[in-house]
Order: sequence, then structure tokens, then C-alpha cells
Amino acid sequence: MTGHSPIANRKSQIENRILLAHGGGGELTRQLLAERIVPKLSNALLAPLTDSALLDLPSGRICLTTDAYVVQPVEFPGGDIGRLAVCGTVNDLAVCGARPHALSLALVLEEGLELALLDRVIDSIAAAAKEAGVVVATGDTKVVERQRGDGLTITTAGVGPLREGVQLGMERVRAGDVILVTGRIAEHGLAVMSAREGLKFSTAIRSDVAPLVSLIESMLAAGGAGVKFLRDPTRGGLACVLADLAEGAKLAVEVEESAVPISAAVLHTAEMLGLDPLTIANEGKCVAVVASDAADAVLAACRSHPLGACAAIIGRLVESPVPLVELITRIGGRRIVQRPYGEELPRIC
Amino acid sequence: MDVTSVQAVLDELGRLTAGRPVMQIMEVCGTHTVSLFRSGVKSMLPAGVRLLSGPGCPVCVTSQGYIDAACDLAGRQGVTVCTYGDMVRVPGRLGSLAERRGQGGHVVVVYSTRDALRYAAAHPAEQVVFLAVGFETTAPATAAAVLEARRLGLANFTVLTAHKLVVPAMLALLAEGQVPIRGFLCPGHVSVIIGAAAYEPIVRQFAKPCVVAGFEPPQMLQGILHIARQVAAGQACVENVYGVAVSARGNPAALKLLEEAFAISDAVWRAIGVIPASGLELRAELADFDAARRFDLDLSANDEAPGCLCGQVIQGKVTPADCPLFGQACTPMHAIGPCMVSSEGTCAAWYKYGEK
Ligand code: SF4
Repeated sequence: MTGHSPIANRKSQIENRILLAHGGGGELTRQLLAERIVPKLSNALLAPLTDSALLDLPSGRICLTTDAYVVQPVEFPGGDIGRLAVCGTVNDLAVCGARPHALSLALVLEEGLELALLDRVIDSIAAAAKEAGVVVATGDTKVVERQRGDGLTITTAGVGPLREGVQLGMERVRAGDVILVTGRIAEHGLAVMSAREGLKFSTAIRSDVAPLVSLIESMLAAGGAGVKFLRDPTRGGLACVLADLAEGAKLAVEVEESAVPISAAVLHTAEMLGLDPLTIANEGKCVAVVASDAADAVLAACRSHPLGACAAIIGRLVESPVPLVELITRIGGRRIVQRPYGEELPRIC
Repeated sequence: MDVTSVQAVLDELGRLTAGRPVMQIMEVCGTHTVSLFRSGVKSMLPAGVRLLSGPGCPVCVTSQGYIDAACDLAGRQGVTVCTYGDMVRVPGRLGSLAERRGQGGHVVVVYSTRDALRYAAAHPAEQVVFLAVGFETTAPATAAAVLEARRLGLANFTVLTAHKLVVPAMLALLAEGQVPIRGFLCPGHVSVIIGAAAYEPIVRQFAKPCVVAGFEPPQMLQGILHIARQVAAGQACVENVYGVAVSARGNPAALKLLEEAFAISDAVWRAIGVIPASGLELRAELADFDAARRFDLDLSANDEAPGCLCGQVIQGKVTPADCPLFGQACTPMHAIGPCMVSSEGTCAAWYKYGEK
């Protein structure tokens, strides 16, 4: 192939990136949407491109949630910000007992962002939405000046009707209920960390980011009213959910460390970095509090689902004057588990 | 180690210490402090064994003057401070690096000295200062970075050194004699570098058992057991239950790097003061890379936040529970001293793992 002239090269470099004008509302904006975004997400709700989407929802109670996503790097082993933005919001609906119906999607792009990266993220959003059984019904795109954005940030909101007959809430939790987690913990946080500039370490750990809709559906079907509380242990990890649970239910939480599903790679990596796996983020796991007589059924339902194959019962709620989380360690010792107070940083040595 | 052999160790510890005065064992290293809590080992020990945390949390032993100088630098035009994450939230008299960053100061968290070097190479218009704290574990990486900076002729890279040596601090504690310590659980990471034989002076001068152990619960339990056995038998020697990683003489390549870049110097320890020959300073021929010199910094201040007992905590003289501020005015959200900020700090470990 003959070489491009420097000018042509420079031109193609510009053409391959987001420009401020892409957010200007004019022809470039139209092109960006029409060529790179809308067709990939296409569905009947989005297609008219009106100012707001019109949803047909069953009458009754509707769940609404929103979340902003920033992650560095934007792509990490096992996922990217697009998949995260769909799964995070869909999971927030699912753990409330809702059937996710539609999402809104707001993209804030930084000037200079590679179009190829944007394309990959949009593809990933489309794939995750399909997997989760939701549509992107409306959206918005803005461009901010170079250095003023984080490359690419995403905000999604989601709505969905509450499933019939589902009653989830901390107030239903009683002493004697058991705690179940749907799979191996701490994978998302470590996967992102492993790809972070300056910390890059090679590991086979991949983010667990996944939509939990169908897994939760089968748990609810199996456990019925015996499923009392669900939460996805994202930032703050399992520790945060357990601490919230103890505090909210005014009961002590007892967890067996050896029962908590965790891969050897995660265990060793966390050890090396001086981090507590219980405080590391997950994006495709769910913690469930289940009445003890429904526990076997819910556990079996989890294990027969591809996202719940490693599910396990990790502990129980017990009556106690002090509502704390106590971990019975692998060697049989005890320690208190607290809500982490911020992002834990790898230690110095 | 299965639960039955754990029980066997605990039973033997119980027998060795029964009916005797409480055996105080110092775990020198912050990583041990955290692992002992996290694994539950601390909760299982018989009443006759008490663990004391020692001066082995790198951030906690760093003097106020150093923290203040780092904050001062971070606020200067054209200066970027590169640091390990642990230092960012440590409060000084001028606030913390995190606060400086909030005010527009340049603070970059790095995970290795290589990152700091790379940053300096990529930003030739900035003066890049790396905060070189830590014990013999992190010092070789600083040495390598400074030597590399000299090789590359990087004129905008300096280090603010506060590297410290573990054994002189242990000796100073014993010489002062205020804390009755029966033996030392010696840090695995540091010992990989310095070798188990480095603890011989402690045995020779003070007849205290020194046992090197790793950070897995069985290792730590074994270490404690070996100390108790020595104490019960009236012996004192250096033992190493971490033989897979630690040799008698240490890591020659790392020691050579230290030798090349540093000379042993007196060092200021938080609240303790100057301990002779307990630190590392850049050799005279590397003085160009010394941030204290380039920026004419005064690191001598060594007072603590009013009411904070960190200086005593790191010497094992008091426990965090003895500090009236612990868990009240001082929590990880609002830390008054470095022992509550650092991930290896004793106060943070007590707070986090529920010893209140
Ligand atoms: S609890 Fe806070 S104030 Fe008290 S010694 Fe520890 S760090 Fe200092």
C-alpha cells in the first residue's frame, strides 16, 4: 500500500476521534447518533427519536432507579463501562423485585475519545441490554472539552414493574434466616484494578459484570415469600451489604469465611495487595436473605443457573444485643466485619 | 493447617503460658497486625499471650515534619508529588495531601517507583518528587529509581526520603526498657530483604527470641508458638518459620542496591525522636536527587496532633483503646493521627476489626 501523506494521516486521526462539534447539536451530532448509536440500540421505543419515550407499563407499582458510571480504565478484563452501565442499573431494579423494562442512556464523551472505543462500548451496551431483556428507550449525548471528562462517562436510569406478589425488605428479616451469595466474590474490583494504569498486574481474574434478571427470577420462583431481601454487593463489597443488613435488621450476622465462594486467584491477589476480599466490588452477584425452610430450594435454583453455579449459604442472622457482623475465620477465629469507609488502596509494601 | 492442628498449637500455647505472667509478644510489622486481626488469630490466643503492635507501619512512624514538607511541596507551583496511596490521607499541620489536591495541588498516587519515574520522564516541565517512605521492603525500589534517574539524566526527579530500618528501632525500644517484651514476631517482607540473621543483635544484646514468620495464619501461629517455646525454655535465638521466602542472609541483589544508593543515617521517628543509625539517606554522590536539598526543606518538626497517642501506640506503650480520642473524635472517616489512616495502622486495625 502506498503511504498516506502526513496531512491525510492527520485528517484520519481527527476523523477517528470525538470532536467538540459532535456535541453541538448540528450535522455532526445527527451523524454520530444516526450512524454509530441509534442503529445498534434500535427498538420500537427508541426509533421515533422523540424527546421522551412512551412506555406501556402494567398498572401497579413501578420501580425507578438511576446510576452514574465512571470507571478507569473504560475497558477492563471481562467487561467495559457500557456493560457496567446496563447491568448495574438493571440489577438495582432486579434486586428490588422489579422486572426491568426500559433504560435511559446519557453519554458524556470527552473530546478526543476514539470513535472505535465508542463503537465497542455501544456494541457492549446493546449486547448487555439484550442479555438483560431490556431496551434503551431514550438517551442523550454530550461532548465535553479535552481534560474535562473522564474519557467517557455514562448515566443510565431504569424502570420496571414490581413482580406480582414479591415482598422484599429488610424489615422482613428475622433471626434464623440464612444468607446466601450467588457466586464467587471480589472479581470485578480486582479485575478493574489489575488493568489500572500504574498497577497493571497480570492475572486471569475477570470482572463478573452481568445482568442478574433471570437468576433472580428463578430464585424468587423457587423461594417465593421465603426470599426476604436481595442486594447486589457492588462498591463496598460483601462487607457493606452485611453491615447494612445487621444494622437494618437489628440482628447480628454470622458468616463462615470458609463458606464464602472465592477463587484462589482472587484470594491470593487480594492478599498480595493487602486488601480484604469482603470489601472488594462485585457487579454480577446477589446477596439474598432467605427463610431457613426455603434455603435449599433457592440454593438449588441458583446452582442450576449459569450465573449461580458457585452459590453458597454463607451465614445466618442471630438475635443479639449488638447488631454486628461477625466472621468466623477459616482457622476458627472470630473478627468483626465493618462497612469499609472508602476505597481501600493497596498497601505500601 | 487444618482446624485440628490449629487447636493443637493453641493447646500447647495454653500449656506453655498457664500460670505465668502474661507473655507480651510484639508483632513488629503492620502487615502482621492486620493479618492477625483479619484471620482471627488474635481472637483465639490463650489469655496468657498478649500481642503488642510495634513500630512497623511505614506511614505511622513518619514524622510530622516530613508530612508537612510533603504538603508544602504539593502546594508549590510546578511541583508534582508522587506517592504511595497510604500517605495521601495522613493529616499534618498543613492538612493532608488529599486536602492539598482538593485545593489544586499536584498529587499523583503511584504504585511503584517506576511509575513515578515514568511520570517524571513524561512531564519534563514539572519537578517530580517521590515520597520515599517505608522500611527495607520499599527502599530497594527507591534505590533503583534514583540510580535509574541518574542513568537517564532525569533532572526533574527527586525523592524525599524517610526510609527506616527495622532492627535499630527494635533495639531502641529494648534499650529504653519501658515495655516488657518477651519476644518478637519478625516481619516476613522485611526479612526477605535483610535476612533472618539481621535479628542476631537483639538476641545477643537483650536475649529476646526473634521468630520470622509469613502472613498466613498457620505461619503466624507457628511463629507465636516458637517464641513461647523459647520463653518457656529460657532460651533466646533467631528462628525462621518462613524458610520458603526468607534466607539467613537476605536478598543480595536488593541489599546491593541499598548499598549503592544509600548510607545509613540517624532518622526521626514519629514522636519517638531521633534513633541513631536507623534510617537511610542518599549517598553524597546522589545528592542531586534529594528533594530536601533541592527544595531546601526543613523536616525537623516532630510533634503530634494534640491528644493523639500514635507515638506511644507504635512503641507498644499503649493500645489504641487507651487513647481517649479512639473511636470518638478519631475514626477512619476523620483520622487525627496516621495510625488511624494507614491501612496497616494499629488504630485502624483495632477500629476496623472491632477491638474497642
Ligand atoms: S486513635 Fe487516633 S488520636 Fe488516638 S492514637 Fe490512634 S490515631 Fe492517634
